[in-house]
Amino acid sequence: METSRGRMPTRSDLAGGGRARVAAALALAALLGPAHAAPEGGAPTQARQPTPLAIHYIERRVERPKPLNNEPPVPDDEGRAGAQLGLADGNATGRFVGLRFSLRTSVVEPGADLRAALTEGEGARFLVVNAPAADLLALADMPETRDAVILNVGAPDVALRDRDCRARLLHVLPSRDMLADALVQLLAHKRWTRILLVQGPGAGDAAYAEALRRSARKFGARIVAESSFDARGADLRDSALREFALVTRGPEHDVVAVADEAGEFGPNLVYNTASPRPVVGTQGLSPAAWGRPVEAWAAVQLQARFAKLAQRPMGPVDWAGWMAVHAVTEAATQLKSADPEAVRRLLLSDRFEVGGFKGRALSFRAWNGQLRQPVFVLWPGAVVAAAPVEGFLHRRTELDTLGLDAPESACRAFGGSR
Amino acid sequence: MIRPTLLALVLLAGAARAEEIFVSNERDNTVSVIDSRDWSVARTFPVGRRPRGLTFSPDGRRLYVCASDSDAVQVIDPDTGRLLHDLPSGEDPEQFALAPDGRTLFIANENNATTTVVDAEARRVLAQIDVGIEPEGMAVSPDGALAVTTSETTNMVHWIDARTLQAIDATPVGQRPRHAEFTRDGRTLWVSSEIGGTVSVIDVATRQVVETIAFEIKGISADRIQPVGIALTEDGATAFVALGPSDRVAAIDTRTRTVTAYILVGRRVWHVAMLPGGRELVTTNGVSGDVTVIDAAALKAVRSVKVGRYPWGAAVRPKAGATPGATPGAARPEGRTAGGGE
Repeated sequence: METSRGRMPTRSDLAGGGRARVAAALALAALLGPAHAAPEGGAPTQARQPTPLAIHYIERRVERPKPLNNEPPVPDDEGRAGAQLGLADGNATGRFVGLRFSLRTSVVEPGADLRAALTEGEGARFLVVNAPAADLLALADMPETRDAVILNVGAPDVALRDRDCRARLLHVLPSRDMLADALVQLLAHKRWTRILLVQGPGAGDAAYAEALRRSARKFGARIVAESSFDARGADLRDSALREFALVTRGPEHDVVAVADEAGEFGPNLVYNTASPRPVVGTQGLSPAAWGRPVEAWAAVQLQARFAKLAQRPMGPVDWAGWMAVHAVTEAATQLKSADPEAVRRLLLSDRFEVGGFKGRALSFRAWNGQLRQPVFVLWPGAVVAAAPVEGFLHRRTELDTLGLDAPESACRAFGGSR
Repeated sequence: MIRPTLLALVLLAGAARAEEIFVSNERDNTVSVIDSRDWSVARTFPVGRRPRGLTFSPDGRRLYVCASDSDAVQVIDPDTGRLLHDLPSGEDPEQFALAPDGRTLFIANENNATTTVVDAEARRVLAQIDVGIEPEGMAVSPDGALAVTTSETTNMVHWIDARTLQAIDATPVGQRPRHAEFTRDGRTLWVSSEIGGTVSVIDVATRQVVETIAFEIKGISADRIQPVGIALTEDGATAFVALGPSDRVAAIDTRTRTVTAYILVGRRVWHVAMLPGGRELVTTNGVSGDVTVIDAAALKAVRSVKVGRYPWGAAVRPKAGATPGATPGAARPEGRTAGGGE
């Protein structure tokens, strides 16, 4: 059925754009995972079950500190549950064009070699990976993944989109600099441009703080003072009132920005600053790919489907997991083809556009493989803004005001910046 | 009773002829009723939670409202605003379309990927049909033979045989299809794609996209141009397309399929509805909480009417004995774009 119908044109097609990348051909379709049967009655019935397009979700399990203040821990199935929803959505759609998708899941324990998980995927060409940067690079550099597309859903490292980029390594999760840019755009919009920065001891904290400094320069905000805080050895329940007053004392500032990715002290910094100033950054008012309060642009529907499946709210990594699988299944559906090579080519081409419940068409940046997307600035109670914030303009799309733009990225693996 | 042709001038003068325009306010859980004589809000009445699509029975004596968060289609007496009863609707009804028989309702259930078919008189579910994810737009062909629904995440138009109540085909369209509208002759289907930023014109006989219309507005980035509601004039010559956060309605010459005007309206325009006679149309503007009245000949916004929070759909009430009328958010018998009646 319907094989005669072409892929729907996207905005860039109509604008006359479109340049397909040439890639080596290697057909490998593995029959994996449980088949998702098309329900009776509605869907056009298939003469035979099609061979599914295989997707492999690979996750590095990470030990995390126990959260402060009895907050719920990071869910065990963070990211994975999103990918599972993406599969269910993809199959619900694919059945109308005779496509099926399968998802194999591998969780690698701390210390084990993530590359070994690859054999469990039995040659799947689409790898959705929730793991630190080092794992991603190790995977991307294996000869076995030469013809695969790796979709990063867990690592926000800027370097992966910059000097350390790899061809065919796509980034669905926003990078730290996209997050920082979103936050600082909002601060600039509100003229809260004097920032006092408090940084935790972790490597991620340093990277987050650096992203904030860079965004401040980019959008005309100013870091007026910096201090650091190490929560280890302190019992914040006793000492917060005194200790945080010390680290947040400084020259006149509009906000206190915190870089504490593991949440080791940030939650307690809120309302504990020396001056009555909002806390922004990893805690307080935070930039994020997704969060519980997101409901605009039909996000309510995605949130409801996710809550039904996972019995909890959807977080940023869950969204990225969903989005990664959705991008693959959507590319296949647009092509009406399970040919992994064709799907890969479309995903990597600048003709590809996909929705993601963020009110805009999303696409992968041709210069570093980052998914361009709006970033929410929110606190647990509400979404305050969605960046790009009004007034921040870009000649291509305002979405490219977030993160590394073509001239800024040192990535050349995608054939050079354009 | 004066004939519509004579009425046009009077209408433009803002006098005599009374039309009632019912507007669903998604966040207020109310319906506002606008009197076209002086464009005042004559009354506002409470309905179920999160009202979106709304339409009338052909005789104008029953108002149907999709109360999405109440999981019901409500049947309301439009004179009093009194709830008569709920129809079984399936989960999360968003839009619906009434078949030309005046009693078969096709309801898009956004949350569970089905279309529910209900006999509105017997208050009975006739079928639940599996369609793509997040079905939204619904339309029934003027001859009643076909129903279509658009699925926002699956990005397809699903074709339903209205007799067997089976899905028979699917046509891929641009990202996030929101609204479907048959031309009066039933030969063409217009479908808006909110994220794709396009309108697909589909040949009904072959179910093929024959034209994809794109939009371009100076000073507005392409991804803010998000087509949603569509209304066609009674003569079929012009299509009006609501373009969401660009705050514009596009007027399209249906013969050449080119945009002839972009009309500035209120903020985040969702849907459009033609008034009988086709001299005016109204838009629902979600963010600014108002309705813009457009002079369809001059292609200019002539006034705005404040309604409730997040106005979503609008339906013009048909007069007794008139041809059936409808709305954005609900295709109508005879495939007419809006309003109807005299």
